[in-house]
Amino acid sequence: MDVILNLAPQAGQMFLVLLLAPLLTGFVRTTKARLLRRRGPPLLQPYRDLLRLLRKEAVLAENGSWLFRCAPYLIFAGTWVAAALVPTFGTGLMFSWSADLIAITALLGSARFFLALAGMDVGTSFGGIGSSREVMIATFAEPAMLMIVFTLALIAGSTQLSTIAGFMLSAGVGLRVSLGLALVALIMVAIAENARIPIDNPATHLELTMVHEAMVLEYSGRHLAMIELSAMLKLLLYVSLIACVFAPWGLAPDGAGPIPHFVGIGAYFLKLIVAAILLAIFETSIAKMRVFRVPEFLGAALMLGLLAALLRFMSRSF
Amino acid sequence: MMPPTITLPIILFSVCGFLGLVVMAVAFGSSRRATPMLYGGVSIVSLVALIASTIQLSAGGHVTPELTLPMGVPWIGVHFRLDALSSFFVAVIDLGAAVASLYAIGYGRHEHEPLRVLPFYPAFLAGMNLVVLAGDAFTFLVSWEFMSLSSWALVMAHHRDPGNIRAGYIYLLTASFGTLCLLLAFGLMAGPAGGYTFETIRTAHYSGGVAALVLALVLLGAGSKAGLVPLHVWLPLAHPAAPSHVSALMSGVMTKVAIYAFIRVVFDLLGEPSWWSSMVVLALGGVSAVLGVLYALIQQDLKRLLAYSTVENIGIIYIGLGLALAFRANGATAGAALALTAVLLHVLNHSLFKSLLFLGAGAVLTATGQRDMDRLGGLIHRMPITAFGFLVGSVAISALPPLNGFVSEWMTFQAILQSPNLPQWGLKFMIPAVGALLALSAALAAACFVRGFGITFLGRPRAPAAAQARETDRFSLGAMLLLALLCLLVGILPGFVIDALAPVTQPLVGGRMPLQADVPWLSIVPIAASRSSYNGLLVFLFIAASAWIAALAIHRFASHAVRRSAAWDCGYPDPSPLTQYSAGSFVQPIRRVYGTTLFQARERIEMPAPGDVGPARFHVDLRDLVWDWLYAPIARIVSFAADRLNHLQFLTIRRYLSLVFVALIVLLLVLAIWM
Repeated sequence: MDVILNLAPQAGQMFLVLLLAPLLTGFVRTTKARLLRRRGPPLLQPYRDLLRLLRKEAVLAENGSWLFRCAPYLIFAGTWVAAALVPTFGTGLMFSWSADLIAITALLGSARFFLALAGMDVGTSFGGIGSSREVMIATFAEPAMLMIVFTLALIAGSTQLSTIAGFMLSAGVGLRVSLGLALVALIMVAIAENARIPIDNPATHLELTMVHEAMVLEYSGRHLAMIELSAMLKLLLYVSLIACVFAPWGLAPDGAGPIPHFVGIGAYFLKLIVAAILLAIFETSIAKMRVFRVPEFLGAALMLGLLAALLRFMSRSF
Repeated sequence: MMPPTITLPIILFSVCGFLGLVVMAVAFGSSRRATPMLYGGVSIVSLVALIASTIQLSAGGHVTPELTLPMGVPWIGVHFRLDALSSFFVAVIDLGAAVASLYAIGYGRHEHEPLRVLPFYPAFLAGMNLVVLAGDAFTFLVSWEFMSLSSWALVMAHHRDPGNIRAGYIYLLTASFGTLCLLLAFGLMAGPAGGYTFETIRTAHYSGGVAALVLALVLLGAGSKAGLVPLHVWLPLAHPAAPSHVSALMSGVMTKVAIYAFIRVVFDLLGEPSWWSSMVVLALGGVSAVLGVLYALIQQDLKRLLAYSTVENIGIIYIGLGLALAFRANGATAGAALALTAVLLHVLNHSLFKSLLFLGAGAVLTATGQRDMDRLGGLIHRMPITAFGFLVGSVAISALPPLNGFVSEWMTFQAILQSPNLPQWGLKFMIPAVGALLALSAALAAACFVRGFGITFLGRPRAPAAAQARETDRFSLGAMLLLALLCLLVGILPGFVIDALAPVTQPLVGGRMPLQADVPWLSIVPIAASRSSYNGLLVFLFIAASAWIAALAIHRFASHAVRRSAAWDCGYPDPSPLTQYSAGSFVQPIRRVYGTTLFQARERIEMPAPGDVGPARFHVDLRDLVWDWLYAPIARIVSFAADRLNHLQFLTIRRYLSLVFVALIVLLLVLAIWM
C-alpha cells in the first residue's frame, strides 16, 4: 500500500508531463500568433500533428542505418525520464534519488548526442550543418548548466532536485545575489537548449538559419513524431525546472495528501501559462542572432553561472 | 579460494610467463601460426594475473604480501610488494592486456613483420606489471625504463611509415627525461643514507623544500609519461604509431601506470601534502582536460584524436588527484576518499573505453587501410558490430549516463561540491574554476565523439576503401563487445567497484567512501543520501523500458510501415559524397570559437582569378602554441649550444691537456673556497 501511495505522484507526474508537453507548445504558438495579430493554429493542433505523424508511414533515406531508426526512441526515452524526475506539482517523487540534477543534465546530453548523430547518419549537408552547430552550442550550454547546478547545490546543500525544491519552498532562503545570477543564466541556457529565438527558430524552414530543424530534416512519420514530442517535453522540462527552483509556490511537499497535490497541479498550470506568455512575448520582441553571436550569448550565461558558483564558494551569505 | 599470500608469487610467475613468451616469440615468431598462439598465451597469462590481483583486492588489504629476491644491487635486493593500490593497478593492467591480446589473436594476422611486434609485446606487459609490483626505488626505476623501452620498440614497429621515426625519437627523448626526473625524485627521497626501499622512504620525514622538489620532479616524471599538458607532445605522435592493440595498451593502460607512480609517491611515500601543491595539480589537470579535448577536436586522424582524448582524461584524473590532495591537506577525510575513489574509478573506466575505442579504430584501419576520417564514412553499414562497439565507447567517454564514464565524472563533481568548506582562499577561487573547466571538457568531449563516430561510421563513404570495407574477425569483435559490456556493467553497478576500492583509499587518505552495498536499490551515495545519489541501473532500466514501450506501442497501435526513398535534403540531394560534412567542416564552428586564440586558427580562401576555371581553395592554418613557445625555444637553445661546443671536438692534444689542467684548477679552487 505504501509503495502504491509513493508511486502515485511519480506515475502521475510521468504521464502528466507527457500529456501536457504538446499543450504547452501549442499555447506558446497560439500566444505568439495572437501577439502578431494572427489567429494562429488551435490550441490542440500539436496533438493532431503528432497523431497524424504517428499514423503515417516512415520514409527512410536509402542509406539510413539502424542508428537512424533507433535514435528517435532513445532521444524520447532519455528526455522523458529526465522530465519525469523534475518536480512539477509535488516534491515527493519516488525515484528522485535515482538521478540528481547533474544526472538530469547529462541525460539531456545523451539525448542530444544521439540527435546529433542521427543528423549525420544520412550524409546530407543539412544534417551535418545542424549537428555541427548543435554540438557547438552545447559546448557552452552544458557547462553553463552545470555551473547553475553547482550554485543551486551549494545553496540547498544537495544536488537532488526534490531536496532543492523542498529547500526553496522552506522559509529563510531569501533574496540572494547568486540565485539571481543563476536564474538569469538558467533562462539563457533554457532558451538555447530549446532552440528558441534568438538562438534558433523553431518555426523556420529557411535552411541556413536552422539548427534543430536541420538535424531532423530527414525524419518523417513516427520517427519525426517521437523527436517532436521530445522537443516539447524538453521545453516543459525547462519550464518545470525554473518553476520548481525559482517559483516553488504551491508544490506539494513529500508525503502530502491528495488535496495539496491538487493544489500543486493547479499552481503548476498557472506557472506554465505565465511561462508560456513570457516566452511568447520574449520571442516576438527579439530578432534571431547570427550563429557566431551565440557563443557570446551563452558565454555570458557561462560566466554568470561561474560567478554565482564563485560567490557561493566565497561566502555562504551571497 | 586461494589465500592472499600466494597471490604475489602467482603474479610474479605470470610476469615470468610474459618473459618466457618473449623468448618463444624470438624463437618462433617468424612462422605464421605462432602469432595467434602467442597472443592466446599472453591472454591466458594476463587472465591469471588479473584473477590473482582481484582476489588480493577483494581480500580487503589486511595482508600485504611481500617478497625480497637476492638480485639486483647487492645491498638492496629486489623487493616486491602487493598492497591494495598495487593490486588494483595490476588488475587494470592485466584486464587491458587480456582483452587487447584476445583482439590481437585476430588483428595480429595483418601484421607484415610480426617479429617487430611479437617479442616486445609481452615484454611491455611484464614491464608494466613490474612497475606496480616494485617495492623499492631501484626495482621501480629499472622496470619503468624497461616498460618505456619496450613500448618504444613497439612504437617503432612500423618504422617505415612516414612520421613514425620522428614519433619514436620524440618519445625516446621525453621518456628519458621522465625517467631522469623520477630518478632524481627517488634520490632525494632516499637521502644520503640511501634507503631505497619504500618502507624506509615512507618512514622518513622531509623538509618542505625537499618535499616540494620531489613533488615537482614526480609531476614532471610521471606527468610526462601520462601526457599531462605541456608534457604531452610525444603522446599523440607515439600512441597512434604503434599497432592498434598496442595503442590501446599505451593509451588505456600505460598512462595509468604513470598515475600509479604519482599516487604511490605523493600519497603514499611523501607524507602529508601542503595545500598549495594541490593548486598546482588542479591547474595542470584543468588545463590538460580542456586543451587535450580541443586538440582532439581538430584532428583528422582517428587514432590521433583518440590519443589527444587520452590527454583530456589524464587531465580529469589529475583534477581528481588535486582535489584529493586539497582535502587531505585539510584533514577532510570524507572528501579525500571521495575524490581519490573517483580518480581510481576513472582510471578503470578510461582503461576500458579508451581500449575499446582504439580497438575499434584498429578494426577500421585493417578494414579500410585508413586513419584519416575524411576518407571514411558509412562504415555502420559495412561493419555494424564494430560500429556498435565504437558507439558504446563514444557514449562512455563523453560522460553520458547510463555508461561508466558518467559515474566517475559525477563523483568528481560531487567532490568539487564538498570543497567550499576548505579554508584556503586560493582553493576557494581555484576549485570552482577547475570545476568549470571540467564541465567544459565534458561537453567538448561529447562534441569530439559525435564528430569522431559520426564522420567515421555515419553518412556516405567518402573513399572507395570505406565503401568496400568488410567486418573484422571474430576475436576482435569478441574483445570489443567484452569491453562494451564492461563499460555498461561498471556504469550501472558502480557500487561494487567503489566498495572494492575502499581498501585502496583507506591507507592513502585515511578514509573510505560509505559502504555502497548497504544502500538500497544499488544506488551510489558519495557522502550522504540527503546530499546526492545516483542509480545507473534504474536510469538504464527506465530508458530501456520507455524506449521499448514507446516503440512497441507505436508499432502496434499506430504504424510500422517503412518506405525507402532517396534522401530529402530539402529537395536537392547531391549524389557526390563530397557534399557531406567532413571532419574539418564539422568542427569549423568550434574551431572558430575556441581555436582563434588557442591555436591561432586562420582560414584563408583563395579564389581563382576571374575567367580562370581552376578550383577555389580553402586553407586552415593551425599552430601548436605549446610547441612554439616551449619546445621550439628549447630545441633552438640545444642546437645553438651544440653548434658552439662543436669545435671542442677538433682541438690539438696540447689544448685538450690544458683544458683538463684548467678544469682541475677550477675544481680545486671551488673546493678550497667551499670548505
